[in-house]
Amino acid sequence: MSRYILRRLLMALPVVVGILLLTFLIQAVIPTDAVSAMYEGQVTEDEAAEAIAAMRERYGLDQPWYVQFVRYGANVLQGDFGESIRLRRPVSEEIGYRFVNTLTLTGVALLIGIGIGVPMGIISAAKKDTWLDVGAMTVGLLGISMPAFFFGLLLILVFAVWLMWIPVVPRGGAALLLPALTLGLIEAAPLSRIARSAMIEILRRDHIRAARSRGMGEFSVIMRHALPGTLLAVMTVIGLQFGNLLGGAFIIEVIFGWRGIGELGVKAIQWRDFALTQAIILISAGAHISANLLVDILYAWIDPRVDYDQ
Amino acid sequence: MLEVRGLRTQFGTGAGAVRAVNGVDLAINPGEVLGIVGESGCGKTVLALSILRLIDAPGRIVAGQVLFEGTDVLAMRPRALTALRGRDIAMIFQQPKASLDPLMRIGSQIAEPLRLRGGRSRAEAWREAVELLGAVGIPNPEEKARAYPHEISGGQAQRVMIAIALALRPRLLIADEPTTALDVTVQAQILELLRERCRVLGTALVLVTHDIGVVAQMADRVAVMYAGRVVENGKVADILGQPAHPYTRGLLRSAPVMGAVQARLREIPGGIPDLTRPLSGCAFAPRCEARQQAGAARCDSQAPPSFLPRAGWQARCWLQAGAPQAQPAPEAWA
Repeated sequence: MSRYILRRLLMALPVVVGILLLTFLIQAVIPTDAVSAMYEGQVTEDEAAEAIAAMRERYGLDQPWYVQFVRYGANVLQGDFGESIRLRRPVSEEIGYRFVNTLTLTGVALLIGIGIGVPMGIISAAKKDTWLDVGAMTVGLLGISMPAFFFGLLLILVFAVWLMWIPVVPRGGAALLLPALTLGLIEAAPLSRIARSAMIEILRRDHIRAARSRGMGEFSVIMRHALPGTLLAVMTVIGLQFGNLLGGAFIIEVIFGWRGIGELGVKAIQWRDFALTQAIILISAGAHISANLLVDILYAWIDPRVDYDQ
Repeated sequence: MLEVRGLRTQFGTGAGAVRAVNGVDLAINPGEVLGIVGESGCGKTVLALSILRLIDAPGRIVAGQVLFEGTDVLAMRPRALTALRGRDIAMIFQQPKASLDPLMRIGSQIAEPLRLRGGRSRAEAWREAVELLGAVGIPNPEEKARAYPHEISGGQAQRVMIAIALALRPRLLIADEPTTALDVTVQAQILELLRERCRVLGTALVLVTHDIGVVAQMADRVAVMYAGRVVENGKVADILGQPAHPYTRGLLRSAPVMGAVQARLREIPGGIPDLTRPLSGCAFAPRCEARQQAGAARCDSQAPPSFLPRAGWQARCWLQAGAPQAQPAPEAWA
């Protein structure tokens, strides 16, 4: 197993380098940079030109993009993510706590998504073609079709403005509630559909009929013999959906003012603060790759037929 | 002990419905081995599944009774049905490996009914599961109990299925083509194991098979099925020695049977009838070599009733028209 994990990590390396290269290329094509974005319209043109030139030199922005790329790569390998031009402090300092915030948000959202989506899918499968199933799947379709930002605003409107259960700009743990609920409910929709179809497929298998023939009740059959296989299918989708979840978090964080890497990422792009942008993209890619690796490891743990070392 | 009366199971509804089991009457006595034989598509498996109400949609039991000790299984509430399954009547299937949960250790699967239904503790159930594995002839049962289904062979999987099915010592075991998916070399061992375990536990056995040779070897009585009906039913010694129905004769001629004096093997010409059409006469008439002899007009227009060539022997064929007719199934179960 450890050999498998090592192999997977090595395979992730070219992916990360590729992502970095791509963002550097985009950067090279964009006509403005952090410095010009910062001074735009603030000082007279001559003063600006001087200051801009000085700062560009200091941050290496006057170099061609491939030189910047190699320099950046070498720094990252030494654990140095550079300095944010706009914030005037090391990127790693700013990103650390924000990444924890984002992980908290996506983690809680994922738990909400699993906690609501999986049981909903299982009940739908067990009560296939009843009003319960049709109702749950209609709600699910709504969840899949609804954009996260719209759903978030809707929740703010209902819970903060109409019902006034929580403040529009809450503090502390309450601040997590609405963004996590928004992301979680949106995530619950695809999970419920996957859980439903996987469970329906498994319930048709021979070993389920055999379990029924032994006098196991429907509840035991589902919980003991159909659920583990269903969870395998759900896990695969969680791995694939993790990117969506992170992407969704970018938007949700902006709407709810949650200080995570997403909210920072959107600002960083507006600032053309490439050291910051780069680090956020790197860390998101790393999280995505880790999530999928984790799913594959869990796979081997749940399904005895999966053996990665062979 | 078990009596099936007028059982009809069909798939779909209306004009396109397939009448897979089309009015079957059967009885099984305690401790006996009943063979149900017929070619593919004659309704044997559907009959076996119908007895335990394991038919999935779009299949559905539309008429009849399945009386176990006088109680109609088809009318049971879900709770009574689950209580019956596994404890009174158990079943094993054609595909043993697919019938085991791939994500669960073999020992846990045997221990499961003991724990959930037999009230054993986890440790007791596991110990008993290991014993049962040994009893069905699995070497190193303690080690094998920890194996997963993909790690064992088909023959071993069927042994495990037998161990699970007999764990709660049911009165009746229904074995649906238990050796069809197995290597020829393993088939005889599994059949012998079935016979031995059922004898030790006093369990009656319904053996569904397309192999009349297996019936000759294993069964006390045999029911021959054709197009969803039992066409001949009686003691194996009677029927295999002197079949009363032309279909049984054809089956016997088409397969090698141990101990029987046979000429060259011959197939039965033609194929099974379309089960979506209602039958106007004898279902076998179009393929029957004795049609002229039995009275072709009658064969085509009128389904033959059950005649009794001898006591305990029934045949649905106009050739036996001289014999007394079986009474329609009596209303009260004796």
